[in-house]
Amino acid sequence: MNVEKKEKTSDPLEENSSQSRYMNDDEDVKPFSPWKDAFKQLRRNRFAVAGFIIIVFFILLGIFAPLLTPYPYDNVNLADRLVAPSSEYWLGTDDAGRDILTRIAYGARISLMVGFFAVTGALVFGTLLGVIAGYYGRWIDMLISRIFDILLAFPSILLAIAIVAIIGPSLENALIAIAIINIPIFGRLVRSRVISLREEEYIMAARAQGMKNGRILIHHILPNSVAPIIVQSTLSFGTAILEAAALGFLGLGAEPPDPEWGAMLAEARGFIQLAPWTLIAPGVSIMLVVLGFNLIGDGLRDALDPKMKN
Amino acid sequence: MPETILELNELHTHFFTDNGEIPAVDGVSLSVNKGEVVGIVGESGCGKSVTSLSIMQLIPQPPGKIVSGEINFKGENLANSSNKRMKQIRGNEISMIFQEPMTSLDPLFTIGNQLREAIQLHNKMSKKEASDRALDMLEMVGIPRPKEVLSEYPHQLSGGMRQRVMIAMAMSCDPEILIADEPTTALDVTIQAQILDLMKKLNQEKDTAIMLITHDLGVVAEICDRVVVMYSGQVVEEGTTREILKDPKHPYSQGLIKSLPKIHEREQKLYSIPGTVPKPKMGVKGCRFAQRCPMAFERCFQEDPELYPLENNRRSRCFLYDDAKREVTENANADIRS
Repeated sequence: MNVEKKEKTSDPLEENSSQSRYMNDDEDVKPFSPWKDAFKQLRRNRFAVAGFIIIVFFILLGIFAPLLTPYPYDNVNLADRLVAPSSEYWLGTDDAGRDILTRIAYGARISLMVGFFAVTGALVFGTLLGVIAGYYGRWIDMLISRIFDILLAFPSILLAIAIVAIIGPSLENALIAIAIINIPIFGRLVRSRVISLREEEYIMAARAQGMKNGRILIHHILPNSVAPIIVQSTLSFGTAILEAAALGFLGLGAEPPDPEWGAMLAEARGFIQLAPWTLIAPGVSIMLVVLGFNLIGDGLRDALDPKMKN
Repeated sequence: MPETILELNELHTHFFTDNGEIPAVDGVSLSVNKGEVVGIVGESGCGKSVTSLSIMQLIPQPPGKIVSGEINFKGENLANSSNKRMKQIRGNEISMIFQEPMTSLDPLFTIGNQLREAIQLHNKMSKKEASDRALDMLEMVGIPRPKEVLSEYPHQLSGGMRQRVMIAMAMSCDPEILIADEPTTALDVTIQAQILDLMKKLNQEKDTAIMLITHDLGVVAEICDRVVVMYSGQVVEEGTTREILKDPKHPYSQGLIKSLPKIHEREQKLYSIPGTVPKPKMGVKGCRFAQRCPMAFERCFQEDPELYPLENNRRSRCFLYDDAKREVTENANADIRS
């Protein structure tokens, strides 16, 4: 069967999906080909696809924000305060007469950026610390794990508030705070993964071949830890956006007139009865983005977990 | 006299656990000559694997530690070797293959990728040269369509094929010794025979010594020149395969061989040695096997037997042969036995 497939795919232009692994002319073109299976699995998961569409929608919204609307996001127009959704203002205007659709679109930029950088920061430092703790063990593991425990002992939003309170309220600081509170989540995940991988026979076999620790870590342990890290990143993306919104709502994140969704909610709070659209738009946006990331995350978890394969 | 390349001398590897110190390897001495196949036999938990990991200095540390003893490899004591030196030796001069071929290869990388990595670790070679060598190795271990296998992932191969790949990887730097820790246990019987044939072939063609760790006397009979029987962290008997299988001296080896099913005899029930292997403990007095030994007498519970030399370079750790020795040296002193 393999031979057949190989002949079929002798023309590289015709190769598609899993058959490519039977090509042998340049044997390491796709060192991550097992991912293709996962991708296929993911495409079959309708919820994950829905999540993906939601996120792509918000990404496009953010990218093309200036093209979508004729208004700048901070254009105060007191003549049109709290206008209900209409053909002129699709999502209405807020108490300063700013177009809410415009602010949602620019806010998508902020939220996605915050999510991206906070998750990246947490991922880099969390993975680094987790790998060190898991692979080297002993006192260094004790030290790092206890720091994680302490960080996790605080309610995360409270810790973020404390961090922002110390370093001062701004979007960047909110981002740093969110990254910090997410470090132990990645750290613990990677640590436990490394500890279980360390006992794998192929790691022992790699050591028996005379491989150095660093090489084993980078070439064998990290690549084998990527799947759970990706899943956690996606899920954390949603949480990070939610946390950013919460900080913005509390006035500890983005500062006016930045159209941060959480801050928009806080500003609109007083008009809940008079102009509910001012709350609904940012609220629904936050909900949709977080939901989108969670759907992708769950889909990825199923797709990347070999035990879930049928 | 053949050249000895690996010699263990009174090796003690202990594990320091919450339940106290456990002497997993309790004074093991054995040697492997150039080009020889030595079998190390014993039940689960007798210290076979710990012995082999001690040689590689791959004991998980803590809790394990080589407490004392020497591991002489071509005149170099590995027990004192630096980490750096051990990394040069591992895979290059002493290679190892493991029991579970299904999990001994990294699932994320192609066979070619992993073979090349092993080759380039110890040889300065370009990627192209390493690829060629990887291909040669796969051919040598008898993998059909080796060129394609190079670009396949471990999950696409069967257990027997993976074990062949492991052997190819272990042999890729022409080691002096191949330590095989239960290489055929996880495979079915026909594949077992093929893998053993392959190892025998490599042993003869490349003159690589093999230290084969197994609990399967059938495997031993198949390819080993010499056998070391271990029990509870100690060597209890040593000799050529032929002699040990035909005429075991130590009561434990006798029990082991007696409990093998025989093809010509129809017995209702197989013999088994009564009791179980005792957990190794510190400060045990007397012969480790005495509790289960049908021939045990008082002295067995009071003193530690040593490895008494017998004819034909055999050794046995049993007081029964203490007398034999005394008779040989015409220095009989029978009163101890009464």
